[in-house]
Amino acid sequence: VDRRRPHVLAAVPLTAITAPRRPPLWRDVRVLRWLFQLAVVAVVVAVVAWLYGNYTANVERQNIPTSLDFLDNPASFEITGNSMSQNAPVRDAIYQGVLNTLRVSVAGVVAATALGTVVGIARLSRNWLVAQLARAYVEAVRNIPLALFVVFGFLVVVLGVLPAVDGAWEPLGLAVVSNRGISVPWFEGSGLGLLAIGAIGLAVAWAVARWRRSVADRTGAPARTGLWGGAALALVAAIGWVALGYAASVPSPEGRTVVGGIRMDPSFFALFFALVIYTASHIAEIVRGSIQAVPRGQGEAADALALSGFQRLWYVVLPQAFRIAIPPIGNQYLNLIKNSSLGAAIGYYDLTLVSQTTVGNGSPAVPVFFLAMTVYIAISLVTSVLVNLANRRLRLVER
Amino acid sequence: MSPPSSTWLRRHLFRSPVDGIVTVVAGAVSLWVLYRTVRFVLVTGRWEVIRANHRLLMIGRFPEVHVLRLSVALIVLAGWGGLVAGYVRSRQLRAGRVERRDLGWSRARLLGLAERFWLPILVLLLVLALSSTAGPWMTAAGAVAAAAAGRALGPLLGRAVRGRWSAIGLALAVAAVPIAMYVYVVSAAGFDEWGGFMLNLFLALCAIVLCFPLGVLFALGRRSRLPLLRILSTAYIEIVRGAPLFVLLLLANSALQFFVPRDLAPSKPARAIIVLTLFTAAYMAEIVRGGLQSVPRGQVEAARALGLSPVRQTVLVVLPQALRNVIPAQIGQLISLFKDTTLAGVAMALFELLNVSESITRQPEFRGQRLIGETLTFAALLFWAVSYTMSRESQRLERKLGVGTR
Repeated sequence: VDRRRPHVLAAVPLTAITAPRRPPLWRDVRVLRWLFQLAVVAVVVAVVAWLYGNYTANVERQNIPTSLDFLDNPASFEITGNSMSQNAPVRDAIYQGVLNTLRVSVAGVVAATALGTVVGIARLSRNWLVAQLARAYVEAVRNIPLALFVVFGFLVVVLGVLPAVDGAWEPLGLAVVSNRGISVPWFEGSGLGLLAIGAIGLAVAWAVARWRRSVADRTGAPARTGLWGGAALALVAAIGWVALGYAASVPSPEGRTVVGGIRMDPSFFALFFALVIYTASHIAEIVRGSIQAVPRGQGEAADALALSGFQRLWYVVLPQAFRIAIPPIGNQYLNLIKNSSLGAAIGYYDLTLVSQTTVGNGSPAVPVFFLAMTVYIAISLVTSVLVNLANRRLRLVER
Repeated sequence: MSPPSSTWLRRHLFRSPVDGIVTVVAGAVSLWVLYRTVRFVLVTGRWEVIRANHRLLMIGRFPEVHVLRLSVALIVLAGWGGLVAGYVRSRQLRAGRVERRDLGWSRARLLGLAERFWLPILVLLLVLALSSTAGPWMTAAGAVAAAAAGRALGPLLGRAVRGRWSAIGLALAVAAVPIAMYVYVVSAAGFDEWGGFMLNLFLALCAIVLCFPLGVLFALGRRSRLPLLRILSTAYIEIVRGAPLFVLLLLANSALQFFVPRDLAPSKPARAIIVLTLFTAAYMAEIVRGGLQSVPRGQVEAARALGLSPVRQTVLVVLPQALRNVIPAQIGQLISLFKDTTLAGVAMALFELLNVSESITRQPEFRGQRLIGETLTFAALLFWAVSYTMSRESQRLERKLGVGTR
């Protein structure tokens, strides 16, 4: 029997099988498989070893430290919109960079999901004009590089269109929009108290929603969990605000700066909107495809139950569409997080720009960039775990 | 779009009062956007900066004495493309996969071609019209003529090729032409002098050609029964997919010198091609893996029952079906690869289109005039035209292949 072709065994007369001859070692397929794998691994190991050898030799010749000690050196640069001092160690700068990356990513993910969902629904609107507008948006944005949007947002919109601080726009007297950033009203006081109020509020809202759900299950009255939960949250927020003696601080321009409120850095602003506009066009296509993938009968059944157009969408079609859409939308989230590294092009101090700057200031390039990559990979992994969890929870349970 | 009769209006724009309000608001918004766009393009836009820097935007600092080589290469490649297309068509005809009457100069076919390619042709004409010399026009005319001639001669090539050896010879000759043209151009003007939109296209093209086999290999590795291969492929794919391309490009730009001896270190554009290739290969592998999973088990079992060896099972039975199923996803990935070539400009200071568009606004005669809007719009138009055409062709291919309907 030719042992390299075990799959033709069936065609071989039985007598041949009953007396197997062990093939020589160099023709035994099991041995060959392992030899092949070991050869591949050996090549990979050799290449890595060669690279690493070059690295250590180069580093030694140029007297560059290879350890992570550089993290304790002073960073000697300032991060805009941050109170970190110049003498803070590189460690702190990188930490702030990670925070900035997370900040723009989280805000971007939320906003892009909202905008993308709306546009995706609009693409299927019965209103011809709305559908065409949504289509034009998607087709225009999807096919232009994100880097162009980021640069456009910063150089054209922020530096070209937005006014200087002395002529800042102040819509309703609440926000201040200028090329130094956008300031919106914010609470005064410590972030910790704010966080505590938020947590308590969410817990109370959740409890109220559960209670309403159980009442609804018992009596059949409409649950209105959203309304009740929202009201509970607002109530707790109001009580907490009064109890802690907080006041809102409204931003106002003073001279060449803006005081009060919370300020969005202009580069944050440009990066955020570029990421949202770009990612939303991709999410819109996913949402559209998922809505179209929901069986027609579901929408027709909703019509037959005399649900309104909104109810039909909100209670019947969208929940099923999102079940389909979660994995690809999760991919878009990952893309958005990684694309936020483009902030480095316009001076947004995210992880990438901090890494670049600290390398420019004398930190060793290789450890810094590998550290940055590790952090990005970790963020990606956590995100995909979260997406998978959501997917598992929402997936249809089949037998 | 059907003619706007009153029934059509009522059904599509004014179903209900709310719908009517939405229509009016959306109409106002679109009219405003349209007005601003038209005004920007025709009235307020100052397009001299594009006209003055046309060559920089298109080919960067490519030395002027060698531009002729570019023209020659372009014309030869157009003729080559026509020849290959004609040859492939004649084979399809003989195999009965295309009907002869679909190929005549019928009105329907011309209209179809016009509908498919009006956009790139329009943009190409605009680019040509903006140039101040006759060279680009002559190159374009030569390329069109060469492509038409090649297309006409291609079927004859099919008749001349008989037998295995001449087929192999033909394949080698076909593959040799672009490489020869590359050497012809690069021997005059080194890679570092390339730039502009040409560089974007070239980076994308090289990475597309190279990432494809690599991606298929990684996908097969990840699905392999050999554990070490599987671990290696999976680790590679997941690590690369977790890291931002921008950081990888920065790494290649500023840290490669530590890993590779100085005389072996590739030039910047070559580094960009390598990074883009390795990056896209990981994504390509995941797409191909999806395709491999979509091939029914019965196909493999049937191939095995026929006594095909494992390699032949994969190459002749599994891969063709797997790849066909994921063509649209692959093209989507290639479009994003094309768009990502701009990152090479930002991260490695390559002189590609986005970088040129930014830097020409800082020229002495245009400085301080806020022309960045105009130059970025022009760059966006070029990127958009190429990507949009690619995505439309991919949708057409999807329909033609009947993915999901078979």
